[in-house]
Amino acid sequence: MAHNTKDLSFKQSWLTHLVLIVACLVISAPLLLAIIKSTQISSDVYSSKLLIGTAFIDNLQKAWVQAHLGRYLLNSFIVTILVTVGKTVLSLLAALAFVFFRFPLKGVAFALVLLSLMLPTEVLIIALFDFVSRDLKWADTFTAIIVPFLASATGVFLFRQHFMNIPVSLADAARIDGCGPFKFLTAILVPMSWNTIGALAVIQFVYVWDQYLWPLVIMQNDQKQVIQVGLRKLIDVGGQTDWGTVMAGTVLAILPPLIVFMALQKQFSSGFALADEK
Amino acid sequence: MLATKRGAYLNSSSTNTIKPRKIKNKRSGAPEERATFKSPIVPWLLLFPTLLILTAFIYYPAIKTLLLSIYQANLILNTQRFVGIGNFTDLLSSPAYQQVALQTLVFTVLTVGIGLLLSLSLAYLASRPIRGAQYYRLLLIFPYALSPAIAGTLWLFLFNPDIGLVNRFLEPLHLARRWLDDPFLAFGLVTVAAIWKGLGYNVVFYLAALQNMPTDVLEAAEIDGANASQRFWRIIFPLLTPMTFFLVFTNIISALFDSFALTDILTRGGPAYHNAGITTFLIYQLYEDGFINFKIGTAASQAALMLLLVAGITILQFSLGERKVHYGS
Repeated sequence: MAHNTKDLSFKQSWLTHLVLIVACLVISAPLLLAIIKSTQISSDVYSSKLLIGTAFIDNLQKAWVQAHLGRYLLNSFIVTILVTVGKTVLSLLAALAFVFFRFPLKGVAFALVLLSLMLPTEVLIIALFDFVSRDLKWADTFTAIIVPFLASATGVFLFRQHFMNIPVSLADAARIDGCGPFKFLTAILVPMSWNTIGALAVIQFVYVWDQYLWPLVIMQNDQKQVIQVGLRKLIDVGGQTDWGTVMAGTVLAILPPLIVFMALQKQFSSGFALADEK
Repeated sequence: MLATKRGAYLNSSSTNTIKPRKIKNKRSGAPEERATFKSPIVPWLLLFPTLLILTAFIYYPAIKTLLLSIYQANLILNTQRFVGIGNFTDLLSSPAYQQVALQTLVFTVLTVGIGLLLSLSLAYLASRPIRGAQYYRLLLIFPYALSPAIAGTLWLFLFNPDIGLVNRFLEPLHLARRWLDDPFLAFGLVTVAAIWKGLGYNVVFYLAALQNMPTDVLEAAEIDGANASQRFWRIIFPLLTPMTFFLVFTNIISALFDSFALTDILTRGGPAYHNAGITTFLIYQLYEDGFINFKIGTAASQAALMLLLVAGITILQFSLGERKVHYGS
């Protein structure tokens, strides 16, 4: 709430505090327990002990060595960063065309971008798998989990909304001063758009990092698998699941999106406040 | 409106350094009017990568899905036979698929209904002027950053009937249960896990909307003697309709698709109940038929059905959204 509003007194708010504390505890419990258990030695993991142990590094090392956790994380980083950057660049270019250009069939082009929101990858999976593996022969390559996701309707909308709020006079002045569209984009639009870029980056980073079904079916080569599917393998390792190890891997897999989310939380929230207007 | 909403939100967050932008246009100023550059080729060059990728990896597969669904493919002979709506009638008359569809419906209604009610209540409480509100907000929204696969892993560890932590705590009370082997418990568990996973996303949106409430209306109501529950149900709740409406649709979509990673890790679609696994939802069935059982024809018709379902939901969202929704001021 705004600074000028006075906080409610304890008498007025104790029940709110109580409910919120309980809710926060319940919501955080699965993660807290995972963190605690990731630090315990195997014999303690299966007990009801809730003390932080000393075996986190050991558990992590096991996950790293036996289950290729490092490999999975690296793969996820490569894919997530490339897709996030690619989506941002392509969305900026498309939004530039939609807002600052007049051209025939603009409506059709825009509808084509709009309608893609209707078609999540999951419903296309059978035909997409067929196309990517049989026609393009991309199965088991990073290309298969990067290229199909480079376009972003959400990104185009966010930037379009943002660009439409930039005064026309600014664009006109830039043009009169001899500024071409690309110069206009890099020198004026991008510096004015860091908040929107930040918001989009969080949304896309989390979306790409979390992808599961597509890498599961298209990537049979374990060396190139991403962390989300890797977790499934971590659980399966050797039939007998070593849960301390799995929890250590899980905690590590949660960190990157959590860090990005925390770092860009403000932009993220305002980006979402924008997104609901589309 | 967009501008004021955004500005208000930014002002209300305590530590931000971002200044709300000065904005002239109201929303959706016709794009034509602000066109600055005139060139017939450059805009198409700018759009080319986006349109190429959308065409190749969204529209082409969508059409292919619809085509595949009306043929019966034989992978061994590599032949296709036209069967028209045969695949669909087979599918819709199959008791297993009917059960899966019904389970998906129940799961969706429960997660969306309970999830939104919980999120709204928590967001409302966390938006009240109380000490430490920003910490509550952060703790309420962080699950957004957890993936469905991670949610599945965490809940599998907690509720594993043999080694799970929850049963360790319940054993002394003689309340330990076979969480993942009992159909009803497993279904409930998956539903609760999905609600938990979705809370962060919903609370973010509700908080943003609540913090942009026009305070004058609320103050006027208070002066006129409206009590807290009247203020909530008569003013806040109706003003939140557009947000609720938006969230209902995004939540339906995530119940249909994000549930895949969750159930794949937590229950593998099981345990068996009558004709199908009780936590086998539409998307899981599609995966099983397409990539485990290699029944491409039926998988493609399931995909086509889901495609039509999602398209229908989206069209409903856009057409209802225009008329029924109160869009604030």
